[in-house]
Amino acid sequence: MSTITFHHGDGAVDTLDVAPGTSVMRAAVSNGVRGIVGECGGQAMCATCHVYVRPGYLAVLPEIGDDEDEMLDCTADPRDPRRSRLGCQVTLGEGLDTLEVDVPGSQV
Amino acid sequence: MPTPAHPAPGHPGGHVVVVGNGQAGMQLIDSLRAGGYAGAITVFGEEPHAPYQRPPLSKDYLAAGADPEPLPLRAARFFLEHDVDARHGVAVTAVDRHARTVAAADGTTLRYTTLVLATGARNRPLAVPGSGLAGIHGLRTLDDAERVHAHLGRAANVVVIGAGFIGLEFAAAAAARGANVTVLEYGPRPLGRAVSATMSGHIAAAHVRDGIDLRLGDGIAAFVGTDGHVTAAVAGSGAEYPADLVMVGVGVLPRTELALAAGLEVDNGIVVDGALRTSDPNIFALGDCANFPQPRLGARARLESVQNATDQARHAAAAILGETGEYDELPWFWSHQGTLKLQIAGLSQPGDGTVLRGDPATGKFSVFCFRDGRLAAVESVNAPADHMAARRALAAGRTLDPDQAADPTFDFKAWSRDPAPAAV
Ligand SMILES: Cc1cc2nc3c(=O)[nH]c(=O)nc-3n(C[C@H](O)[C@H](O)[C@H](O)COP(=O)(O)OP(=O)(O)OC[C@H]3O[C@@H](n4cnc5c(N)ncnc54)[C@H](O)[C@@H]3O)c2cc1C
Ligand code: FES
Repeated sequence: MSTITFHHGDGAVDTLDVAPGTSVMRAAVSNGVRGIVGECGGQAMCATCHVYVRPGYLAVLPEIGDDEDEMLDCTADPRDPRRSRLGCQVTLGEGLDTLEVDVPGSQV
Repeated sequence: MPTPAHPAPGHPGGHVVVVGNGQAGMQLIDSLRAGGYAGAITVFGEEPHAPYQRPPLSKDYLAAGADPEPLPLRAARFFLEHDVDARHGVAVTAVDRHARTVAAADGTTLRYTTLVLATGARNRPLAVPGSGLAGIHGLRTLDDAERVHAHLGRAANVVVIGAGFIGLEFAAAAAARGANVTVLEYGPRPLGRAVSATMSGHIAAAHVRDGIDLRLGDGIAAFVGTDGHVTAAVAGSGAEYPADLVMVGVGVLPRTELALAAGLEVDNGIVVDGALRTSDPNIFALGDCANFPQPRLGARARLESVQNATDQARHAAAAILGETGEYDELPWFWSHQGTLKLQIAGLSQPGDGTVLRGDPATGKFSVFCFRDGRLAAVESVNAPADHMAARRALAAGRTLDPDQAADPTFDFKAWSRDPAPAAV
């Protein structure tokens, strides 16, 4: 199992244990984590699964793909040049057994 | 003045009953609670599943080794946290507009202050001989997708009827799993009604390059089979294509049966006004089942997309909470077909002038559609930056010169963000 923690703007925290291979977006949507929408079902086409990855985890993340990069320029809350990712493009497991992210204030 | 039996919908005594727990129904509930609605909410969904997302069913879900769990629309926790009475697996069977009640298949009758019809659509059936043979599928629900998924790994020859979005997505997914895939399309081009001829041509070429046998201008005439299972599809031209799996994707029919029986106005969908109200002011309709005035076309339209379902749901929720205003959100859509990530902003129309931006040979380009000298739609392949810029520009009602659109040195993205555009 991998562990992912979502930090909300109001201080609330959701911590989930998920099977390796689960994307951040799927983990959030399947468990009702508020603030993550995932409207395109994980196709990197809607940018409503935006998260800010906490600094300690940035080094182990997979690289940002071209589509993800372009969509990250279109998030509802501003892109953070280092920390912004699409939750559907980051998958737990394979060297990423724990992850902490901040949930943006808006996605739409 | 609201009578005690029918309190105003925003009042804690109100009861919003939602028929359909799909994309539109679930977003409506979410937006109602987010907007402060304090009354009761009941949602009925006929399918025996918690609400799930349909788009992946014709894409990721069909891949070998895909996660068998569908992607939920809202998790179980949502219904508790938002105090929603969710009746998954229960169909609404009748609406009594005078008593303001709905009757459900579980035997209950509920009184509503506002009723929301978010009933979606069903697949259009084929009426050719042999349509009842085993091995012939449609793809709308999770149950459909599970059946097809189980069959797909064993199918050597797949025939797809109809080169619409779902047909082409399925064709690409089946080809990726190693099947020989033939697509039969009655019309002269794929996605004929949905995209410009320019884009359609590029999409056809890409599928042919990926090994799909695309037969245009030839419809399905009959299916033949042995022992009750399909073995071949026979086209109108007489050509016969071996098939152990057939996918029928010839469009959908809006689910209007409840509305019709209740005496609401129906015409290619449930007819609604700009606030998404039906001919009965206490009843709204939205999503795939609703026929609404589309200001951008200056005509009525019925759209089938996640954007349409969710934006209409937000609008109807606001209307239920007392806001006024006409629905006028920019339509946008995506479709993922093998190596093609197609995104569309706006609605193209036959007769639009088109301009190409980027080189299709690179696999990354956009088609800009102009109508009456103004930008009307942008269709992009593997070019999400163009798509998002187009959404910004079109939503703001901005237009550009066709020469600018075609000019690779013109920074479309930066232009679309310019907060104080020069008058064009
Ligand atoms: C395979 C597939 C792929 C798709 N891909 C894309 C895509 O890539 N991009 C995109 O934008 N759109 C896509 N769509 C379209 C999108 O999913 C629909 O437009 C959207 O789901 C419409 O939402 P809706 O709420 O109007 O209808 P639905 O999501 O269909 O929900 C309606 C629900 O109401 C229920 N219902 C109907 N009548 C009753 C009743 N009497 N009682 C109780 N329940 C009832 C139905 O069972 C259904 O579950 C796709 C659709 C399919 C089927
Ligand atoms: S779910 Fe749409 S971009 Fe991630």
